[in-house]
Amino acid sequence: MSEPLLELKDIKMYFPIKEKVFKKPVNHVKAVNGVSLTVRKGETLGIVGESGCGKSTLARTIVGLLEPTSGDILFEGESILGYNKKQMHELRRDIQMVYQDPYTSLNPRMKAGEIIAAPLKAFKMTSNLNERVYELLDLVGLKREDADKLPHQFSGGQRQRIGIARALALNPKLLILDEPVSALDVSVQAQVINLLEDLQEELGLTYVFIAHDLSVIKHIADKVAVMYLGKVMELSDSDTLYHHSKHPYTNALLSAIPLPDPEKERQRQRIMLKGELPSPANPPSGCIFHTRCPIAQAFCKQHIPVLEEKDGNNPNHQVACFYPQETEAIVNSQ
Amino acid sequence: MLEVKNLKTYIDTGSGTVKAVDNVSFQIEAGETICIVGESGSGKSVLAHSIMQLNPSPPVFHPEGEILFEGKNLLDLSEKELRRIRGNEISMIFQDPMSSLNPVFRVGDQLIEAIRSHEKVSKKNAKKRALELLTDVGIPDPERRLYDYPHQFSGGMRQRVLIAIALAGRPKVLIADEPTTALDVTIQAQILELMRSIQKKYETAIILITHDLGVVAQIADKVLVMYSGRIVEKGSVSDIFYRSTMPYTWSLLRSLPRIDADASNRLIPIQGQPSNLIDRPKGCHFAPRCPFATEACLEIDPALTKRGEGHWAACILSEEEFSNKKQELEVYAQKGAVK
Repeated sequence: MSEPLLELKDIKMYFPIKEKVFKKPVNHVKAVNGVSLTVRKGETLGIVGESGCGKSTLARTIVGLLEPTSGDILFEGESILGYNKKQMHELRRDIQMVYQDPYTSLNPRMKAGEIIAAPLKAFKMTSNLNERVYELLDLVGLKREDADKLPHQFSGGQRQRIGIARALALNPKLLILDEPVSALDVSVQAQVINLLEDLQEELGLTYVFIAHDLSVIKHIADKVAVMYLGKVMELSDSDTLYHHSKHPYTNALLSAIPLPDPEKERQRQRIMLKGELPSPANPPSGCIFHTRCPIAQAFCKQHIPVLEEKDGNNPNHQVACFYPQETEAIVNSQ
Repeated sequence: MLEVKNLKTYIDTGSGTVKAVDNVSFQIEAGETICIVGESGSGKSVLAHSIMQLNPSPPVFHPEGEILFEGKNLLDLSEKELRRIRGNEISMIFQDPMSSLNPVFRVGDQLIEAIRSHEKVSKKNAKKRALELLTDVGIPDPERRLYDYPHQFSGGMRQRVLIAIALAGRPKVLIADEPTTALDVTIQAQILELMRSIQKKYETAIILITHDLGVVAQIADKVLVMYSGRIVEKGSVSDIFYRSTMPYTWSLLRSLPRIDADASNRLIPIQGQPSNLIDRPKGCHFAPRCPFATEACLEIDPALTKRGEGHWAACILSEEEFSNKKQELEVYAQKGAVK
């Protein structure tokens, strides 16, 4: 097993809710509430969850766009939270991000070539600038002529390729991908997923891949963390998660994804979750999932489950639940 | 009950006329669900808006075609007559539950307004009916919720309210334009379940527009596949998923990441980008991206031809040629010759 590249230690990110007049914080939105994760070199960690589970906030704390309320972030074994401006600037060489919306994350007045060159200029790596830009265009499957086009002349998938080229310009070690394919058309999603897989192999990249779509994550991730209301509910290697998930939330998520196969789809047992996501300002007591959990007991309302190993055979499989159980045949693999 | 015949919806733009819907025909019966699938820009939403006559005109016009609802052609009706049909007979749910409700009015008032614009009832009776509707769509504690504002509702709950409003006039046809796209999967499952139970109860015909083939597999009786403004394949849900004879449908299904597939298999994408609606290629519109395209495809624009009972596809390949080509491609793929 390779060494850890990124370690998150008990990250908490609270946003204050302020009172109207004196702006005194009266409560906090607990967007990320104690998340510990390790990403090893060359591996892809998938983070899934529904909207509001804190997955994007977590991404923003990793790249340093937000400073966590508490906890620690280690990159190559070194804590990056105490970094000053200059150190942070240097760190951005190594950690880059690809955003969800290829329509708003590119400056409409800059040519594709300029967009890709921007990070190089920021780090004064301007020797052979054009050559490097062409190389990057090539890498993501665009043509040299495309360097002179403006973003509106590209389709969504091509724009996302520009975003990826920009992120790769500085030869980063870690790429944070925040829903990189969810704004794309279905016929183009597969192209971008394949591109990301090729790039990872070619350049030895490490990915943190955030998505709400479990089927996309299944294709790309080695390890998956399922988040709910700011906490990790289940963490496991991808294979185990998709075939032997034990947390009732993961089971419900998996069963809710419609399969593009009418016969299978109409025979499936679905686990319907009751109600809606509680507010992260006032999360439920005990296990945060108990209000929607189909198997919740009275015990779950008072006690908080920790994320721990529940399966003696697989130390990589951790579940935060008092009554973990596999549900049969949620996903029948052929 | 509702029949669309050779409908064309064109849009005048500064850079030319866009044939957003080009010669589309289909029909739907009571209690049936038709899904219209396609990528963005395929014309599926314009088609839905055409049925309701909600496209702004100009720039949108209909050079040809008929939309027959119970014998009347909706394209010939006056605005006043249309208003009687919208909501009462044919109703629509939109994609974004966040922006489809008025934020400054209470949900109950918006619902009561919808009910009273369809039938002459007293406020008191309308309120009773509003409560019924909210209960129908599964909103807990409807009595209190009537007095809440839209921002106090979550996305899934708002979509339920919109469904309630759409049902207020007891429509025979419900058009849902990507009703679950903005929602999370667990909520999506709830909403689809709700639509199914409503259909059972009221025999509503549902036209569901979506890009999610999983949703189609779950809910559709019949499927229309659209590509650059045209129907390229239509048939029953199993025709489309198991016996597709149109390369676009087939490659789209093959390109999907699926949770029931082996994750180590590489995805097989469709090459290229969706086509530009203004200067469309001569010949088959899908030809530039089609894995089976021949020279002939660049010349001949294929018409929908019959492939089985109720199954139509637009491709010059015969079923036999198509299955041969499929096999060839699989052999290549296994050899790793096709990346």
